Amino acid sequence: MSNTERIVREEDGFLTRHPKLRMLSNSPLAMASVVWLVLLVLTGLIAPPFIGDEANRQVLSLRFVPPFTLDHGFEYVLGADSLGRPMLLQIIMGARTSMTVAFFAVAISALTGFAIGVVSGYFGGWLDQALMRIADILHTIPSLLLALAVLYVLEPSIVNLIGVLAVTRIPLYLRTSRAQTLELRERVFVESSRAMGAPAWRIMLRDIAPMSLPTIRTLAMLEVGTVILAAASLSFLGIGLQRPDVDWGMLVADGRAYLSSAWWVTVFPGVVIVITALAANIISNWLRAIEDPVQSVLFIRKRPRESEVTA
Amino acid sequence: MRKFVVRRLVTGIVTVLGVVVIVFFLGRITGSPAALYLPENASQERYEQFNTEYGLDQPLLVQFLRFLGGVVRLDFGDSIWQQRPALEAALSAMPPTLGLAAIALALSVIVSVVLGSLAASRRFKSLDRAITFGSLTIASIPDFWFALVCVLFFAIYLGVLPTSGYDGVDAWILPVATMMLAPVGVMTQVVRGAMIEALSSGYVQNARALGFSQRRLVYRHALRNAALPILSVAGDRAAGMVNGAIIVSAIFAFPGMGALVVGAVLNRDFFVLQASVFVVGIAVVLLNVIVDLTYAVADPRVRLD
Repeated sequence: MSNTERIVREEDGFLTRHPKLRMLSNSPLAMASVVWLVLLVLTGLIAPPFIGDEANRQVLSLRFVPPFTLDHGFEYVLGADSLGRPMLLQIIMGARTSMTVAFFAVAISALTGFAIGVVSGYFGGWLDQALMRIADILHTIPSLLLALAVLYVLEPSIVNLIGVLAVTRIPLYLRTSRAQTLELRERVFVESSRAMGAPAWRIMLRDIAPMSLPTIRTLAMLEVGTVILAAASLSFLGIGLQRPDVDWGMLVADGRAYLSSAWWVTVFPGVVIVITALAANIISNWLRAIEDPVQSVLFIRKRPRESEVTA
Repeated sequence: MRKFVVRRLVTGIVTVLGVVVIVFFLGRITGSPAALYLPENASQERYEQFNTEYGLDQPLLVQFLRFLGGVVRLDFGDSIWQQRPALEAALSAMPPTLGLAAIALALSVIVSVVLGSLAASRRFKSLDRAITFGSLTIASIPDFWFALVCVLFFAIYLGVLPTSGYDGVDAWILPVATMMLAPVGVMTQVVRGAMIEALSSGYVQNARALGFSQRRLVYRHALRNAALPILSVAGDRAAGMVNGAIIVSAIFAFPGMGALVVGAVLNRDFFVLQASVFVVGIAVVLLNVIVDLTYAVADPRVRLD
């Protein structure tokens, strides 16, 4: 194989065409995190229709079956709770609700905050001032207190839970994208768009939004972990979801009464929360690192490119 | 300087008023709490009497104006749940929470400054990776679960710490640790970032060339410049400390603001909820003004006007 051929093949490779994926393959932790999240989402999407009945079936003879034994079948490998429901299946059922809540809460707050922030920063004026005051207000109320009050007024349900979490997280995106817009709108490329007669919506959509999107994306990834924890806290306090819906925070709360006799009911759902939030945080940390030119070198240089070696 | 403090306080108080107004309307959506307090077979007159007693029979607008008038005079009405003025209930809940929050926040700043500085001065080495991974993990642990696992291990298994209570140093260890979790996780990362930037700046390189020790470079020269972002994040965490207090009250039966607001929501005691939110809001505003003032101490270039 001649050198030229090798270079061509190298550059045609899947990983070369997707530099981020190649960097991902150089970072085992980030890779593992992506794999975990993908598996979790897939399980949450596929499994529930098949295991829903099993997960909620109460077998009183199997109350508090201890974990790490296959005597009662694989679904009892993580033990059973106070009503003999298998922990493993309940955690999988919880994966669906927890991931749904996290995804929609983050997506809604990021998109809303981003859009309002760009518009508010671009136009300025009294509306901008008013929006910033509202963001201040939301920032001053402890989020858990606000959620406590709202969810007590409204019935606890997935939709309301997502709504409350989304509203409390909006100010973060709003402030970030507003600050970026204030800076971007003074740049020359925006000015030239304006000089060419581009309408405001076009400048915001085509010039400003794409520039501030990477930051928002990194921030949103960071927020996935935070939102998973916040949702779990609300369910733990008993104002998140109600049975038959389950999520991980609720499972931890269920186990609390039996903490001294059946630790596994409390511990395992929490471990899953930690791993999931950690995976999201690692990915966000990694995204930040590869977007920083100084740090990204670390992820690229590990495998020298053949074209450089042979040249 | 004085102008700055006054302006910040005024905008802060306007913000707190906004918060209290939101809480007022949120509370009213639930309707009258009479059913919760009166016996099931209470007569219609008894209900009306209850509503009149707490001014809940008035039109919403009248209630709202009365409420605003009360806020100006620092009168938040009487608690329905506890037989005393709402503001008194809120103020008496502050000391345990303030103590808890102050200790937890101060320890978090110390821990994260030490860890973050260590990571920054060994940038990309294994210690840095370990600290970064550790702080990401800490930021990923739900505080309520951490508290329960601590109870399981230290109180039930080892039996060295109490499961709940308020008296004695022992009873404070787990609540403080629980409240430190979130701030330490976030702040270590912030300190690391700020220190990396400070350590690579010209004046630190210059000091290094003059032969100052690494320790002196990190803790005397760089840290002072990295103090601003650290302070601002610490100030940001202040409102979040109430979240921690709510969890701590739920798990350790720790008295204070957390227990009060949860009780107020469950007992539909609007008056205590409004007073508590007001008191917490004022505390957050004051703390943020103090943080801004310390900017000027940490960095003489910062002018407050």
